[in-house]
Amino acid sequence: MALLQISEPGQTPDPHQRRIAVGIDLGTTHSLVAAVRHGVAECLPDDQGRVLLPSAVRYLGAGRRAIGHAAREAEAEDAENTLVSVKRFMGRTLVDVAGHARLPYRFVDRPGMLAMATRDGEKSPVEVSAEILATLRQRAEDSFADELFGAVITVPAYFDDAQRQATKDAAQLAGLNVLRLINEPTAAAVAYGLDNGSEGLYAVYDLGGGTFDISLLRLTRGVFEVVATGGDAALGGDDFDHALADWALAQAGLQAGTAQDKRAVLVAARAAKEALTDAGTVTLQATVGGEPLAVPVTRAQFDALAKPLVDRTLSAVRKALRDAKVGREDVQGIVMVGGSTRMPCVRTAVSEFFGREVLTNVNPDEVVAIGAAIQANALAGNARDGELLLLDVIPLSLGLETMGGLVERIVERNSTIPVAKAQDFTTFKDGQTAMALHVVQGERELVGECRSLARFELRGIPPMAAGAARIRVTFQVDADGLLSVSAREQVSGVEAAITVKPSYGLADEQIAQMLKDGFAHAEDDIAARALREAHVEAERMLLATRSALAADGALLEAEPLAAIDALLLALEQARRSDDAAAIEAATKALADGTEHFAALRMNKGIRQALAGKTLDQV
Amino acid sequence: MRLEDDDFTLFGLAPRFALDRAALDARWRALQAEVHPDRFAADGAAAQRVAMQWAVRVNEAYQRLKDPLKRAAYLCELRGARIDAENNTAMPAAFLMQQMGWREALDDAASIAAVEALEADVRAHERRLLDELAATLDEQQDAVAAAGRVRALMFVARFRQDLERRLETLESSA
Repeated sequence: MALLQISEPGQTPDPHQRRIAVGIDLGTTHSLVAAVRHGVAECLPDDQGRVLLPSAVRYLGAGRRAIGHAAREAEAEDAENTLVSVKRFMGRTLVDVAGHARLPYRFVDRPGMLAMATRDGEKSPVEVSAEILATLRQRAEDSFADELFGAVITVPAYFDDAQRQATKDAAQLAGLNVLRLINEPTAAAVAYGLDNGSEGLYAVYDLGGGTFDISLLRLTRGVFEVVATGGDAALGGDDFDHALADWALAQAGLQAGTAQDKRAVLVAARAAKEALTDAGTVTLQATVGGEPLAVPVTRAQFDALAKPLVDRTLSAVRKALRDAKVGREDVQGIVMVGGSTRMPCVRTAVSEFFGREVLTNVNPDEVVAIGAAIQANALAGNARDGELLLLDVIPLSLGLETMGGLVERIVERNSTIPVAKAQDFTTFKDGQTAMALHVVQGERELVGECRSLARFELRGIPPMAAGAARIRVTFQVDADGLLSVSAREQVSGVEAAITVKPSYGLADEQIAQMLKDGFAHAEDDIAARALREAHVEAERMLLATRSALAADGALLEAEPLAAIDALLLALEQARRSDDAAAIEAATKALADGTEHFAALRMNKGIRQALAGKTLDQV
Repeated sequence: MRLEDDDFTLFGLAPRFALDRAALDARWRALQAEVHPDRFAADGAAAQRVAMQWAVRVNEAYQRLKDPLKRAAYLCELRGARIDAENNTAMPAAFLMQQMGWREALDDAASIAAVEALEADVRAHERRLLDELAATLDEQQDAVAAAGRVRALMFVARFRQDLERRLETLESSA
């Protein structure tokens, strides 16, 4: 006979003793998954002991694909069908991608986001990223022999709304529950901050394969506050490879005509660059058009090629310092992140700029994933309460197009999120009954120079004289940095709202279609998956509500308490059925029905935490 | 503590212009540590929504209180003196003359150093105006006069944005 567990009075039995949550660094050149095991955050290796998964997917035809190392090895010989560094195409159209003509892909321009034609059909960067995420998810589930509770996924701090949304879509496609998107430099600081226990102003210099980020963070008593971010979403180690490859070809008087040649020279350039970290001179070797290419490169020659790129990073650093209104001497430490910071010329330039040695004692490839894992563990409720809180800012201003193609900024960049801002607009013509709203992101004053995020219309405004209508537009940015916009005419109460799904248009039904098409879930039946997700969500809600009642049920009068009990019972009953829609409806009813209770608990929590304390104790 | 409380009450601060920035920052972190949605990641949709509302409210108050100009404008409004900057643009002649002088100096400034020198000048002037504003609000308790000074400072703030934009242009072309 099984023994029944009895918990102590006042304590909530928790069937999920420990929830498995992972941190994922979805990188341009490679990706990693990490988790906290036995109190230590570590990267999870694959079955051959490797932690780095090359961010490469090769489409083999007939729905088969090779992911990671196998794909990377075939890069030179099957360049068109081997997609690498797709992170720089996330949420991007062809015109956004500088130098795309040099890349060996057959790009397909689509509104909102480009795609690449392969022998298996057109693939969007979201689909390619989802393949990589699904592989990492599988690796984690194999490591723990259990399902994941959720994941924290990192994005460059500089990612705009479209790029963040694309990342979240890829995770959803890969079947991951996203606990939070966090900025890569923040994750790196988490990894360092907890190791070193330092307080003060820190800079995180993150030069990855395809993106450069500079973040200024203030660390105070377990709170990581991003005070400013900046960078360049199209500058990274790949650019150093390109610079070296172009130079080597020019030295040899050769041209790379075919996709295969281009890829071969790039691979050779990357190898030469990496070798120059330790050696003074190397020879770049490749085969171009059947001809052998062998160009000796000294470190000084490479440093000269790299200098314009390094200088571009430093001007972004200056801008971030200016945004934060601090001098370079105020920075107490510089965390180096990303494999490209192994280049001696980068370390020297950054050390000289700040006038102090940069920090490099955590593996720059792993540091982001490790920080993400620590945060995932805290969000899953495994860490002690109050240990870690990340307060992020929005990287780029959000605004609306106004008359004459000008931008009215509504949410300023570097505002702490979550944030909501409202602004009133009015009509321009007499009797105007509709208003077109164009949401943009960026720092420039002209709409044409900002990124267009979404367009929507507010219709049914009662005819009034020009300037009489009061249209309140509200921007809300959640903790992941994702935007929703609503508009309401104040006199008539007419409303329109949009969750800014960037115009590349992976609508929910398209994601559902991709899942149905067997993406990453070949064996999975879509209905079964929906039912399982409904069950998980219902359980989560039941558990959360019962714990809340056990802790704070006394806050409720008899009547609302009975109402919540009834909703609990209804969900319990619905859960026993196989009707996903009914379970979802009952879960939603419980969530809606407990909102007032949640507000009461929040008030109590704040009062307890803060009341009676003098300010210097806080 | 309620969502509808004014910013000063929410942050447990006296409703005056002078403010201890360290205390404000500490209070903000303490409040966020209680209300941030991440604290409720495993707690279901209702708790998430409430947390979102609170975190937004706390950030809104923090942004307003930490910016001296926004804080002053908010205090004026709390004391019944409207700022109404769009419709009330009348400024003393001396102030307008100085604005024109600055604009001409900016037009003539061709180097980063020249713009930075002008910026230092404007900053010093802005600090003096803020000191006067502090006295008007906290000592003379004259919200109507303070609202006038807030409007003047809004002009200065806008000019400083122009200065920063010029600096960025000069640096990106350098």
